[in-house]
Amino acid sequence: MISEKIEQHKYTAMVAGGIATLLGLLVSHWLMPMGQSLLIVGTVLAGTPIALNAFSALKVKVISIELLVTIAVVGAMIIGEYHEGAIVTFLFLFGDWLENKSLAKTRSAIEDLATALPTTVKTLDDAGQLQDTPVATIQVGATVQLATGTTAPVDGTVVDGQALLDESRVTGESTGRTKAVGDPIYSGSTVVNGRLLIKVTQTGDDTVYGQIIDLVEEAQDAESPVASFIQRFAKWYTPLVLLIAAAVGVFTGNVRLAITILVLGCPGALVIGAPVTNVVGIGTGARQGVLLKGGNVAAALTKIDTVVFDKTGTLTAGQTTVQSAHWFVSKHEQAQWLGLIADVEKQSNHPLGEALITFAKSHRAPVPATSATDLAVIPGQGLTANTAQGQVAIGNEQLLNAQGASTDHATHQLITALTHQGDSLVFIIHHQQLIALFTIADPLRPHARAALQQLRQQGVHQLIMLSGDTPAAAQKIGQQAGLDVARGGLLPADKAAVIKELQTAGHHVAFVGDGINDSPSLAQADVGIAMGSGTDVAMDTADVILMNNQLPTLNQLFTLAVKMTRNVQENIGIAVGTVALLLLGLLIGVVTMGSGMLVHEASILFVIGNALRLRRIFSKKKQSLTTVNFSTAQLADNNHEDH
Amino acid sequence: MQKVTIKLGGITCPSCLQKIEGAMNQINGVASARVLFNASKLKAEIDPTQTTVQALADAVTKLGYQVESIKQQEVTK
Repeated sequence: MISEKIEQHKYTAMVAGGIATLLGLLVSHWLMPMGQSLLIVGTVLAGTPIALNAFSALKVKVISIELLVTIAVVGAMIIGEYHEGAIVTFLFLFGDWLENKSLAKTRSAIEDLATALPTTVKTLDDAGQLQDTPVATIQVGATVQLATGTTAPVDGTVVDGQALLDESRVTGESTGRTKAVGDPIYSGSTVVNGRLLIKVTQTGDDTVYGQIIDLVEEAQDAESPVASFIQRFAKWYTPLVLLIAAAVGVFTGNVRLAITILVLGCPGALVIGAPVTNVVGIGTGARQGVLLKGGNVAAALTKIDTVVFDKTGTLTAGQTTVQSAHWFVSKHEQAQWLGLIADVEKQSNHPLGEALITFAKSHRAPVPATSATDLAVIPGQGLTANTAQGQVAIGNEQLLNAQGASTDHATHQLITALTHQGDSLVFIIHHQQLIALFTIADPLRPHARAALQQLRQQGVHQLIMLSGDTPAAAQKIGQQAGLDVARGGLLPADKAAVIKELQTAGHHVAFVGDGINDSPSLAQADVGIAMGSGTDVAMDTADVILMNNQLPTLNQLFTLAVKMTRNVQENIGIAVGTVALLLLGLLIGVVTMGSGMLVHEASILFVIGNALRLRRIFSKKKQSLTTVNFSTAQLADNNHEDH
Repeated sequence: MQKVTIKLGGITCPSCLQKIEGAMNQINGVASARVLFNASKLKAEIDPTQTTVQALADAVTKLGYQVESIKQQEVTK
């Protein structure tokens, strides 16, 4: 079809039309008729794609900007304003081309995400041979090899090998993570060092990475209230401009004025201003592991004055770990005991036991030759078991007393001091002797206090924690984090009710939770923020998902929201200002069709350029916002035994 | 029902969206069609007994837009 050909070659037409126009303008000085013919050629060359576009839009009942321009140019030709017509058509196409180039830049953030995955990867076939396989044909359950430098195109679980992975595309966090057998691998993560075999659990759009891309794409097209108002406005605005121009033409009889109004009335920068900010802002956030579900979320965040937190898994890591170890045996015996304790705890399934097992593992405690037997649970106290060393009791202070273990004055003072800290105490007793004392807690995340203090500087007046844990445990974390209110003993429904009360009292409330059992609160809050563990991307109730599970990311989120909202306002200001200036110029008679079009196109590029500034907001602040890898921070916390 | 995603070669004007969506809705067997402007993607749900993803792609080409890639997925609903 001829119209397709023209559409495909419209920029060639633009260049040819531009040359003809330029020549025409030069020649007109000496040779009027020849100059005019050249200008007409230029207008037709550049004008045809515009007119065709206007026509095909009209077929589906859309009055487009192209239609305004086409009518204006035809009008200009009729009244003999050849050079104006030629300049307008050329500038319109040239502006279109520049917009295309710069809009491509606004999409680059998500484009990087979308093109990062390989198209073929090595899989293990039935005979155990490695085969190059197109990613599109890989089924769930297949075994894929990831060598150094390979980016995983599917989600899976490690079945063999060990490797250091860069998960920054998924979490925004650049610190590498070591993965071994049994660990989940997310598509989009790159093997920095090592080699893995993974069993495929999700492919294509179902993968975590696929869902991120999908979510960001949908979010970038989700319209904020401001943007959708302008879209609706533009839908009526364009026909309105047409009517006004017609009315002016009829009443004043001034065709030149009427067609100038048509050109000046193009709503370009106004229509593009808000969406372009959202596209760049949401894309920039995604690269940092901050997923916003739409531009309206940014606007809502700037109004937040109260932030409500969940405790376990949000302010704390959600994992009980040994905070300190106090030994009452000589140093060379400790490892042996630790192995023995871990062996007993492996049979007990107690949450505090998990912490001891992890602790023993991280200290490479030897596994005893013979396993413990006769495990007996003493309710409310702990347990006893028969080990290679004889009977060992593991439990709380009540158990210590029940076992009749003797403690000296210094030990007694230590126990009193530790009890006041609020952590759980676990005693190891052997033959009425205290062997060791561990404090175990689910500690506050690193940087929590600093991140929350910064939130106050970012305009949040009230910080509240609502927890399902005991009031005492909630109080302790609340004090450590520097919260205004910390309440414990609440069910998920209670939390949502508290948030509702706050809203009724006139507060704008954001809720930060882990997303699994906090759905009611996430939905109730003005902005629901989920601290994702990397797998909850598809969650419907949250407005924001923080992929990297770190509290300082909250500060990044608030920074991004403020900058995005300000950027939208700036863009609308630029657009409205441009139209006002042009109308003023028209009234005092200094604006023509050609110069009007030039100013219009310039304002569109200005608005896009302004939005692109958002891409740099995090790179500037990288130093202060970079956070430590949590798993290493946790390990450091464990080395307190030499008190 | 089949979920199809057609990646389009650069769409520049908001009115293109309306054009493409309008054309899709005229095809029998298209349950829903949506063009994501920023992602340059057409997402549609089709009844595979009445139409094919190729028919949709052809309609897009006919309007003068390029089709870069096609993806389809069975929806079990």
